[in-house]
Amino acid sequence: MQRYILSRLIQSVFILFGVLFIVFFMLQMTGDPVSLLISRHSSPEEVEAMREELGFNRPVPAQFASFIGNALTGDFGKSLRHKQPAMDLILDRLPATVELATTALLISLILGIPLGLISGSNPGSFWDVLSRGTGLLGQTIPNFWLALILILVFSVHLGWFPTFGRSTWTFLGMTLPTRSVILPAFSLALFTMGQLVRFTRSAVMEIRSEDFVRTAYSKGIADRKVYFRHILRNAAIPLISIVGVQFGYLLSGSIYIETIFSWPGLGNLLAESIGNRDFALVQAIAFFSSFVVVTLNLLTDIAYAVADPRIRY
Amino acid sequence: MTTSANTQTPPPDNASGIQRGTGVTVDQTQETGFWAFIKLVARLLARDKAGIVGLVMFLIVVISAVFAPVLAPHDPLKQNLRFAKDPPAWMDGGHADHPLGTDNLGRDILSRIIHGSRVSLTVGFFGVLIASSLGIIIGMVSGYVGGTTDNVIMGGVNLVLALPYLVFVVFIAAILGSSLINVILIFGFTDIPIFVRITRGEVIKMRASGFVESAKSIGASDTRIIFRHILPNLIGPIVTIATFEMSAMIFYEAGLGFLGLSVPPSVPSWGNMLAAGRQYLVIYPWIATIPGLAIIFTGLGMNLLGDWLRDVLDPRMRRVKK
Repeated sequence: MQRYILSRLIQSVFILFGVLFIVFFMLQMTGDPVSLLISRHSSPEEVEAMREELGFNRPVPAQFASFIGNALTGDFGKSLRHKQPAMDLILDRLPATVELATTALLISLILGIPLGLISGSNPGSFWDVLSRGTGLLGQTIPNFWLALILILVFSVHLGWFPTFGRSTWTFLGMTLPTRSVILPAFSLALFTMGQLVRFTRSAVMEIRSEDFVRTAYSKGIADRKVYFRHILRNAAIPLISIVGVQFGYLLSGSIYIETIFSWPGLGNLLAESIGNRDFALVQAIAFFSSFVVVTLNLLTDIAYAVADPRIRY
Repeated sequence: MTTSANTQTPPPDNASGIQRGTGVTVDQTQETGFWAFIKLVARLLARDKAGIVGLVMFLIVVISAVFAPVLAPHDPLKQNLRFAKDPPAWMDGGHADHPLGTDNLGRDILSRIIHGSRVSLTVGFFGVLIASSLGIIIGMVSGYVGGTTDNVIMGGVNLVLALPYLVFVVFIAAILGSSLINVILIFGFTDIPIFVRITRGEVIKMRASGFVESAKSIGASDTRIIFRHILPNLIGPIVTIATFEMSAMIFYEAGLGFLGLSVPPSVPSWGNMLAAGRQYLVIYPWIATIPGLAIIFTGLGMNLLGDWLRDVLDPRMRRVKK
């Protein structure tokens, strides 16, 4: 077990170095960053001075080495537009994204897993058709389109939710979400919900046909007990990995939803910085999102290995 | 997912007890060759209603893309401010002349949807063509050669697959600038790992199976084994994955268009239409919502088709019983 965790840890570190390599060279592809900073009237001497000050006049390998060195201490340079450390801007926006992603995950778990369970236990039934339809629609309805429809129906016509923005309230020193999170979270949740329905359904169907389930039934154990003890407990194991992967997707994939709802999170920051051609910030966001995803994948794999004693690599 | 429905017996708590197999029973004892295969596929298709629906939906999109200039009632670029923001024909104030209404500049939405299918299908088709051809080659090298080569290739594949896809696609698109070629290249290259992984897995499975070993033992060269034995067996899984990946690319292209990072705004594409219609959402909702329906229609068709292909092209899924 320890060996498995250690090897996955090393692998994740390698992946993160690969990510640093990729984002560094992607920024190099954007051309001379100084040309974005100067005004048209700057003299060549001023340009050269700025290049020197920012370290862009050094050879690329040297720049890469100092980039890695800074990255290891959490320094991703300054946003060219905001003149603030990129990491500060990211951490500033993180709570909104975490709130959105967590709510979306909760919505998809609460709706997706029961649907998948009912569907997998009664293949061919009305509920099965319904949840398979949900799974398919979750995969094919673009979340940015669903967001527009939800705004139209629930904000504009029914007036139940605000059309955009994030509001919070404070209780005992904690910042808590308000109903402003419901529509963005629901739009974001649809895809994950569809995935959860599909995976839960197939996990339940697979386990239902296992020998140990037949044995449990033939021993005369009550149906309910077989269902909860033998089927659900085993079906929960593969769900760990899908939930981990999906949470990473929710944390990094909310650019459309945050843009549409003007949700002040990371996705919105990414869209803004792309609009401003503030590529230093884009680079930092890309690395930060990758870091979150890689860490979540690692934790998921460890949780999986702990939960399922059969997994030993 | 689809096989388990056939192999299990319903436990006692299943009162309805309906077991509708998704796999199809086929007698495939005699008849080989291309036409027999086509006949078999046609017969399998006829039994799967969802597959037919998916195929028809996909063909509608393909036909509208190919014959767009003939089918579109208006010029998709022609502006006419006198008829701007007309609602679809079934709503109050709509005209039969513009069945799906007009946008903020008075351009016919139906014609723009029909022309928009060209962008979506071009991106999907060429993106998958690049990703699958390079992916197959790299995956075959990885699976067939093995050793260090395999480790290096799979290291790269795992690295790319561990990245948050959307963030990087948006990043690259912003750097390269918006053009059709760039979008195709972005999807074509970022999607290679999916095809590498599936090809490598199949090749390793095949190398371990009897037929490759037998071919080797009678002195077949590597080239012959690859082209006669491995490549034909790859077609099934690759075509299935290609369908799903093409549908995903159409989806992501619309998403990039929505952010203004796909084809230039002057080109009618579904993502551009959605983006342009967003600011009129509250007063003229059809401008933004109708292109979304086109994306859903295409995605639904391709997913149904893909599910069916997965059942049909994998011979293990065809239940051989009479």
